[in-house]
Formats: sequence, structure tokens, C-alpha cells
Amino acid sequence: MSASAAAERILDATFAALADPTRRAILARLAAGEASVSELAAPFAMSQPAISKHLKVLERAHLVSRGRDAQRRPRRLEPVPLAQASAWLDRYRAYWEASYARLDGVLDELKAEQKKARLPKRGERTR
Amino acid sequence: MSKETTKKTLEVTTPSDREIAMARVFDAPRTLVWEAYTKPDLIKRWLGVMPGWSMAVCEVDLRVGGGFRYVWHGPGGVVMGMRGAYREIAAPERIVSTEVFDQPWYEGEAVGTLLLSERDGQTTATTTVRYASRTVRDGVLKTPMATGVSAGLDALEALLASLGGVS
Repeated sequence: MSASAAAERILDATFAALADPTRRAILARLAAGEASVSELAAPFAMSQPAISKHLKVLERAHLVSRGRDAQRRPRRLEPVPLAQASAWLDRYRAYWEASYARLDGVLDELKAEQKKARLPKRGERTR
Repeated sequence: MSKETTKKTLEVTTPSDREIAMARVFDAPRTLVWEAYTKPDLIKRWLGVMPGWSMAVCEVDLRVGGGFRYVWHGPGGVVMGMRGAYREIAAPERIVSTEVFDQPWYEGEAVGTLLLSERDGQTTATTTVRYASRTVRDGVLKTPMATGVSAGLDALEALLASLGGVS
């Protein structure tokens, strides 16, 4: 239970972190390579402290880590939690999409049966 | 009204602070969709049936006060089960039922409403689940369920695609 609860907490943090468009943009930028806070702030109409706040959320979610260079303190993307979050999404979507795709098939069959049942004679009524 | 083309995408919304709703259009009249949702031999063929999974138990006692029991078997001997009780049945339009999972992943009892509406021979199935509290609902929302279908997903997918080159 506790292991899965911990995993769930990490997922919660990941999804909360991903809920914000600026943070997603930061991650997209970091996907192209590590960058310092000022480099990250440049493309946004936002102050460095505002960007730092977003980075803190991303760091807490373990989506971003700090590089070794003590001067620049470059931020870097940590792809593992993102991959885990994506696996979750995929499973949920896969579940319902697969179910409903099968339901489409079942309905097609029922429609075909209904059509066939209507053709011969005037037949007794079903139900 | 202009004829809309079938949109077979899954739409997820939050109609109130305790609810999550999911809608999908099917290319069939609702009497057939109703059958597919209520007859065990039909339910077994689609609900939760993913590669490697099958529905081992599907019992439906379709009357107010009756209930349902679903058990799925998955890869590696995984067993997942749920049961519920019917509170309202209005064929072929509406079913209200409680739902409880054998291994609960949220607190309290949830109440699900299935609503089938037909238009131009197509049926929209809307499933709304009302949770015990806003806190529980928000907890469920935080699972990828809703995130996965909300606008955020497109951004996430684009992001994940861009991660292709990163290791």
C-alpha cells in the first residue's frame, strides 16, 4: 500500500506540475538541452523570480534537476517521471478507447442482426 | 441543424465539483446501445476487455434494488472486480447505480449515471460519476483519467514527442 501510495503521490506532483502551460513550455525548452534560469526566462514575458517559482514546482515533482556548474546552475530535464505519467495516461486512455472500440464492433453486429431480422416476411415481433 | 459527423473521441468534463463526466458517440440507435450496456453476454464482449484481459464474471440483475457484479482477469493472474446496486432504471435512456471496486482506489461510494441520447440515428453515451466529496473527486481527477483527455494532454503529447531525442 505504502509503495503504491508513494507512487501515487509522485504522480500527483507530476500532474499538478504539468497542469500549467508555462511549466510545460519550460519542460519543452529543457527537452532541447539544459539551460540557466535567465536563459529559461528569456522567451517568457516573466521575471526570473516568477520563472524560479515554476522551476521549484518542477523540481519538487522531480521533473527538473540542477546541473553541476555552480555558476550557472543549469536546469535539466528528468525524463523518468514524465515517462511514468505518460504510461498512466496511456493505460487509462487505452482502457476506454479499447472498450469503446469493441462496443462499436458489438453495435455494428447488432445493427446487422436487426436488419436481417427485419427482412424476412413480416415475422413475429420480438419483445 | 446541419448533420454532424461522428466524433468518436472521448470527452471528459466536470459538470460539478463532485462529478466527472465522460461522453462518447456511437453509430447506433440507443435501443442497441442500451442492450450492449445491460445484457451480460454483450457487456462481456467490450467492457474493460483490453488485450490480455477478459471478463470472467458478468452478472446483471437489472431492476431497482438489484445489482451487478463484474470481475476481470488480466495478464499474470491479475483479478479486478467491482460491484454496484441499481437505484434508477429508465430503459432505454438512463441508469443510476452505485459502484464500489474490490480494491478501492478512492474513498467512499460513487454513484454513476449512464445517459443515452439519440440523434440522427447516433447515440451519445454520457457516464457521470459523482464522488463522495470534492476532495475525492479531485483525487480521481489527478489520476491521469481527466488530465489525459483535457487540453493539457495535447501539450503533454507534443512534449513527449519532443523528448524522443532526449535520453
